[in-house]
Amino acid sequence: MNFNYKIKGGDFSAAGRASSEIKKILKKLNVNPKVIKRIVVALYEAEVNVVAHADKGSINAEIDSEKIRITVVDEGPGIADIDLAMTEGFSTASSKVREMGFGAGMGLPNMKKNADILNIKSKVGQGTMVELITFFKS
Amino acid sequence: MKLSEIVKTLNLEVFSNEHLLEDIEVVGAYTSDLLSDVMGKAQEMQIWITLQNHKNVLAVASLKDLAAILLINNIKPNTELVEQSEKEEIPILGTKEPAFIISGKLYNLFYK
Repeated sequence: MNFNYKIKGGDFSAAGRASSEIKKILKKLNVNPKVIKRIVVALYEAEVNVVAHADKGSINAEIDSEKIRITVVDEGPGIADIDLAMTEGFSTASSKVREMGFGAGMGLPNMKKNADILNIKSKVGQGTMVELITFFKS
Repeated sequence: MKLSEIVKTLNLEVFSNEHLLEDIEVVGAYTSDLLSDVMGKAQEMQIWITLQNHKNVLAVASLKDLAAILLINNIKPNTELVEQSEKEEIPILGTKEPAFIISGKLYNLFYK
């Protein structure tokens, strides 16, 4: 199964829409609720990152009997130093974004903790590709 | 503990989903204004104590299956938030107290 969603940069009111849809789909497929939670935590963080930092992005979710593979691709500023961005507490978010309770530098670490596999590729000035893979049975 | 019981004991204001209070079984609470912190650490069926009152709070509460959102310091939710909470069936509650005091009161209810 394959699902696609679009994300608009700056549109905070829509952040979480894809995560919520994916949660419903995985529930219907009877995936373990604990695994669903890990998947949607990681995906929500990825969604918020696109909204907070990029101009636009898209999400593709491929689901088969054993895993979900989510790729989030955006057009945006990119990440100059991925290792630094992975550090808990490091953030480049604007003050407006921080006031909303985002931008605490916990997004990428949350993704790493909650996905079985996390891959990030980024080009400064072009955009970022995040791949999240989670297996339904550990 | 039933959410209805907590609302009554702590004299909380109910902004939405009053009809659900009786059916929600609460296991505790989590106090934070950072959404990613709640995403990472809050547990299912906890009450979320916060001053954040925008739509994303509901997205987080819904994804994490939280019991309710409790706004502190007399903060009132906007209409958009109330409408969304009705859709998601997550009650929004309110208190005049600051986070420290209301967290303490909830702590006493659960652990003393």
